[in-house]
Amino acid sequence: MHLDHTHDGPAALGADARRPDGTRRALRIGLGGPVGSGKTATVAALCRALREELSLAVVTNDIYTREDAEFLLREAVLPPERIAAVETGACPHTAIRDDISANLEAVEDLEDDAGPLDLILVESGGDNLTATFSKGLVDAQIFVIDVAGGDDIPRKGGPGVTTADLLVVNKTDLAPYVGADLARMAADAKAQRAELPVVLQSLRVEPGVRDVADWVRARLAAWTA
Amino acid sequence: MTRATLLVLADGRFPAGGHAHSGGAEAAVRAGRITGAAGLEDFCRGRLHTAGLVSAALAAAGAAGLDPAGLDAAADARTPSPALRTTARKLGRQLLRAARATWPSPELDALAARFPKGAHQPVVLGTVARVAGLGPHDAAHCAAYEAVSGPATAVVRLLGLDPFEATAVLARLAPELDRVADRAVEAARHAAREGTEALPAASAPLLEISAEAHAAWPVRLFAS
Amino acid sequence: MTAGVRARARIVARPDGRGGTALPVLDGEGPLAPRRTRGTGGEANVLLVGAMSGPLGGDHFSVEAEVLPGARLRAGSAAATLALPGQGKDGARYDVRLSVADDAELRWLPEPLISAYGSDLTVTTEAEVGAAGRLVLREEQVLGRVGEEPGRLASRLRVRIAGRHVLDQELVCGPGAPGGWDGPAGLGGHRAVGQLLVVRPEFATAPVAPRALGESAAVLPLAGPALLVSAVAPDARRLRATLDEALALLGAAAPVT
Repeated sequence: MHLDHTHDGPAALGADARRPDGTRRALRIGLGGPVGSGKTATVAALCRALREELSLAVVTNDIYTREDAEFLLREAVLPPERIAAVETGACPHTAIRDDISANLEAVEDLEDDAGPLDLILVESGGDNLTATFSKGLVDAQIFVIDVAGGDDIPRKGGPGVTTADLLVVNKTDLAPYVGADLARMAADAKAQRAELPVVLQSLRVEPGVRDVADWVRARLAAWTA
Repeated sequence: MTRATLLVLADGRFPAGGHAHSGGAEAAVRAGRITGAAGLEDFCRGRLHTAGLVSAALAAAGAAGLDPAGLDAAADARTPSPALRTTARKLGRQLLRAARATWPSPELDALAARFPKGAHQPVVLGTVARVAGLGPHDAAHCAAYEAVSGPATAVVRLLGLDPFEATAVLARLAPELDRVADRAVEAARHAAREGTEALPAASAPLLEISAEAHAAWPVRLFAS
Repeated sequence: MTAGVRARARIVARPDGRGGTALPVLDGEGPLAPRRTRGTGGEANVLLVGAMSGPLGGDHFSVEAEVLPGARLRAGSAAATLALPGQGKDGARYDVRLSVADDAELRWLPEPLISAYGSDLTVTTEAEVGAAGRLVLREEQVLGRVGEEPGRLASRLRVRIAGRHVLDQELVCGPGAPGGWDGPAGLGGHRAVGQLLVVRPEFATAPVAPRALGESAAVLPLAGPALLVSAVAPDARRLRATLDEALALLGAAAPVT
């Protein structure tokens, strides 16, 4: 997926897999999706699930300053020096796709200041249903939707639903209350995504974020192999 | 050089982080000092002749090959607000990252090694322009245009201002922008002979003052 | 064309050897007259008395103060300086040159400069401070007398500490100034603008945090052992109140009046 080339400059430019000192940089996984689908909650759950076994950090891309970063800080999922907020001028999708320079600064600074890191989760504020991450910024991306947002979202497709490396259908516990048809959502997603994986999860009931955490572990194993 | 190189560098979509900054417009909107196209124009004109002129002169001097460290110190002295100094260095670092991928060169690598946390953006812009084969006048135009295009784009988002009106503001400012670029290049020429003291130091009090308050807002749309 | 008045004042302060400060040079000519007044502690006090209201167009005033190692000087002015139009077309100049040696202290606290309608004044202030020197410098500009449009006023303030520039700022206001000077980026309709510069060696190790003082003033630590309080206000009285309040916030070391 990423060419393992090096260059002579003093700082990594983008997707290079090596840091300037020659060591392998952290795996970078993006989390995007619509407003309120549970991206930040999934990030928090992943941090809790993985923080004992991995050295990890989070970059948030908020619409308003640092609201998601503040949430993660309040929840104390990671020490403050492992959470960085990128300000996006009200357009997270620009900062994760069109102009990734601020995010690249943030991931590099985290590796410099809190490293060495195994994993950096880059979360995007949900400003745009079509927002996907630049391949110059992340190595893999998770698109998070939820049952309450309408069970026709997988059928409608769109770049996040169809191309994300992992699609998470969140808040499955709410399905009976909002009249969402989980089986239909899963079938539509499969039709849109062919072999790409889909996880249906509820963070409120067991096993919570387990499947997503397992997927992250597998990506990391492939990255460091 | 090619003329199109200038378009690449001056394009608002050049991925160097500018989209997240309002150039002080967000604070001015919140304070009620910009409420529409007329206020935006007055704001942009004031910014152009102060911060814009200083940036353009720094960029022109950088493009002419003056020592970036000396220019960076001159930029510090001309930027009393710590929030604005931090912003200028952040944007300088982001521009350098984008430029090194766009126009790879040992000179840009050396600049990055010298300023790992970023040099003032106009200083970087001047060096980048040089490496890309552009001259002091091009660099000055770029800097002067950025001084007004950033706030104009931001105010479209902040006020829901008609984007045609915002663009018309920029078009009306074009002749003044040319004059600012001319002045900047002339100043850079003086600086090459007499030192960086010859660079302009025009300041806009409310830009400096409100930058500090803005940086402390708990909720805002733009980084500066 | 009428030749303007050239006036020059010069002050040199040095330790008097008994814990106080002597003024071996205290010269003035024409409308600029420095007078020694009662000081406090080891600090000498000088008041600049303007015998005329100038500067008028064509005039060139200059003031120099040099504070030698170990000396402490406070300088003020007896009244506001009023820039008025002259007979000819030439503008007026007012140049201030301050030099503060290591272990010396200068508090330069003149009354405001008022730019009257039709006047055209260029002010330059250059301060050179030694690595361990201390300086408080106040600059207040009032655009127009009460209910009056301002003249053209250009002022440049440059400060070097141990040979390094830490501040270089120019402000141009009034008719003929580049567009937007009174707009939402510049003065936003305010008619008084001022700065207070504080240089203290201890800022190098214990820097002051930046802070906003409401919407019209801010404490701005500079890239060096100095800070600038920058303020705009509707009038001179409220400007002074803001600058005094800022000084009080910065601690007891530098009371203004």
